[in-house]
Amino acid sequence: MYRLTTRTCAGTVTAITVPIFIVAALALPAVASRGVVQDLFFILTMLTLAQIWNLLAGYGGLVSVGQQAFVGIGAYAMFAGVILLGWNPVLAIPLGGLAALVLAVLTAFFAFRLQGAYFAIGTWVIAEVTRLLVAQWKALGGGTGTSLPREATSSILGTDAIRALFGVREAAARDVLAYWLALALVVAVTGGIYWLLRSRLGLALAAVRDNVDAAQSVGVDTGRLRWAVFLIAAAATGLTGALIFLQTARISPGAAFAVTDWTANVIFIVVIGGIGTIEGPILGVLVFFALRSALADYGSWYLMTLGLIAVVVMLFAPKGLWGLIASRNGLHLFPVRRRLIGPKIEGGI
Amino acid sequence: MIWLDTLVQGILLGGLYALFAAGLSLVFGIMRLVNLAHGDLIILAAYLVLMGVTLLGLSPWIAALVAMPVMFALGWLLQAAVLNRVLGKDILPPLLVTFGLSVALQNGLLEVFSADSRRIPVGALEGASLDLGLVTVGIMPLMTFASAIVMIIALNGLFYHTALGRAFRATSDDAVTAGLMGIEPKRIFAIATGIAMVVVTLAALYLGMRANFDPSIGPARLIYAFEAVIIGGLGSLWGTLAGGIIIGVAQTFGAVLNPEWQILAGHIAFLAVMLLKPRGLFPRAVD
Repeated sequence: MYRLTTRTCAGTVTAITVPIFIVAALALPAVASRGVVQDLFFILTMLTLAQIWNLLAGYGGLVSVGQQAFVGIGAYAMFAGVILLGWNPVLAIPLGGLAALVLAVLTAFFAFRLQGAYFAIGTWVIAEVTRLLVAQWKALGGGTGTSLPREATSSILGTDAIRALFGVREAAARDVLAYWLALALVVAVTGGIYWLLRSRLGLALAAVRDNVDAAQSVGVDTGRLRWAVFLIAAAATGLTGALIFLQTARISPGAAFAVTDWTANVIFIVVIGGIGTIEGPILGVLVFFALRSALADYGSWYLMTLGLIAVVVMLFAPKGLWGLIASRNGLHLFPVRRRLIGPKIEGGI
Repeated sequence: MIWLDTLVQGILLGGLYALFAAGLSLVFGIMRLVNLAHGDLIILAAYLVLMGVTLLGLSPWIAALVAMPVMFALGWLLQAAVLNRVLGKDILPPLLVTFGLSVALQNGLLEVFSADSRRIPVGALEGASLDLGLVTVGIMPLMTFASAIVMIIALNGLFYHTALGRAFRATSDDAVTAGLMGIEPKRIFAIATGIAMVVVTLAALYLGMRANFDPSIGPARLIYAFEAVIIGGLGSLWGTLAGGIIIGVAQTFGAVLNPEWQILAGHIAFLAVMLLKPRGLFPRAVD
């Protein structure tokens, strides 16, 4: 009997170790300092954004340079929910995902008219338009931005329990909550993408990536597939944006729609780690954080170095650092490749 | 009268945007490469011209003439050493490489020249204007517009009346077949990027003489250039000029209504054209 499977030894090891990691990460705030929790929050949210962009560009072939639009609109929608509607900040986070979804429908309507490479700049234009429009939103501080009101930040759902549990101050409790939410989000997004890639949709994505014409000839609706990937990615990016600015509790159009922070860094993480793999962004975010810590005192040299490293990686190792590892020993921690297994075929390999 | 004045200012501003866009359009037309570092290369050229003026004491025009071969060499090198390696069927590598270059260049300029706003000094020309009866126009905007027209005529001449232009068009249509006819596509690409950088230098000269610039404004120039190209329709330089004019007029009218709406109005004009004419106003190439 022959069967199609994606199961590998390394995949099984991952399936066992990942839950252990998650439990350890959940318990970490009990022993870690506030600074460590904040650093981990940063790493986890950047990893989430990187996984999403990797789904878009690495699997969907949609090179968006305008993801900051969805981070920004998600964050602003959360602030609007808190300031204008009086919602609890945690409950307002889904508003961010919803707003990003709506913006993504509008964006796709315009940007999908642009072919190939021009799609990239098209998304950038939409992000600029969104930033300029949001800067006109006087109720949320216009161009200078605003902060979450004191009464909202002091009564965030769950912080009282965290204060009682760890015996920490209110601000630290808010960081712990944001960290846990970021952990939940990164697990959901990574797990979701992994599941997606192993589903029918993932098979269709791989087919389109390898050969559009062949994929269409066997019935893959490439247009619908692009819409699906773009909308899913936007909603997840909006949620992440809302969460990032829940933690900072202060927003401005410049920060929320920053192309460097939410798109350039994210692209560098994916490119350096390895585009088109789930392992790549994880490795990439660790390299990114290490570089960031090492070069923190060198101002713009740091971003320049990061940009040049990405160029060099793209030139000499287009599959990134993980690609180098995987090509050497065939290691796939998150196997998505479908393989035929069964009795050895006569004369086969 | 203010409306007529605004209209004329907008049209003249369009000349500057056409200068930004021509290099982008040239490179895309020949090798289907969208150079995301285009805006930052304009700023780099502006600093080169500025250095020629401040360090060597040259007049801006001479400084630009000196900067042009330098930029040509830079473009040639960039294409030959970097971009030719990543050109191919997959659009991802060239996009990511030029995006990385954009960020690297922007931050490199920031480190070398600081974030201070600079301007290329032009002396008396700066505020000079010409009274045309109904409206008064600045000499500098007028010269920008005239240069854009001359440049488009020159590029079209190069494209349609020289051997090099024939090689450009052949490579653009089918690089493999052009190769069979004795044209080396990679060499052609390197020359094309070099010429694009000469155009970029001209754009940078006017950018720097007309307004303040700093290392951070590159990406916005890329976006204006891109909008002008798309509005005009791919493959038509006159269309690109029309696209630049539409954005320029939209921006000046937006600014009259509310200074905060200037940039937004240009983007909205672009989106409106995309909505009505997805392939641009004067499409020539099919892509």
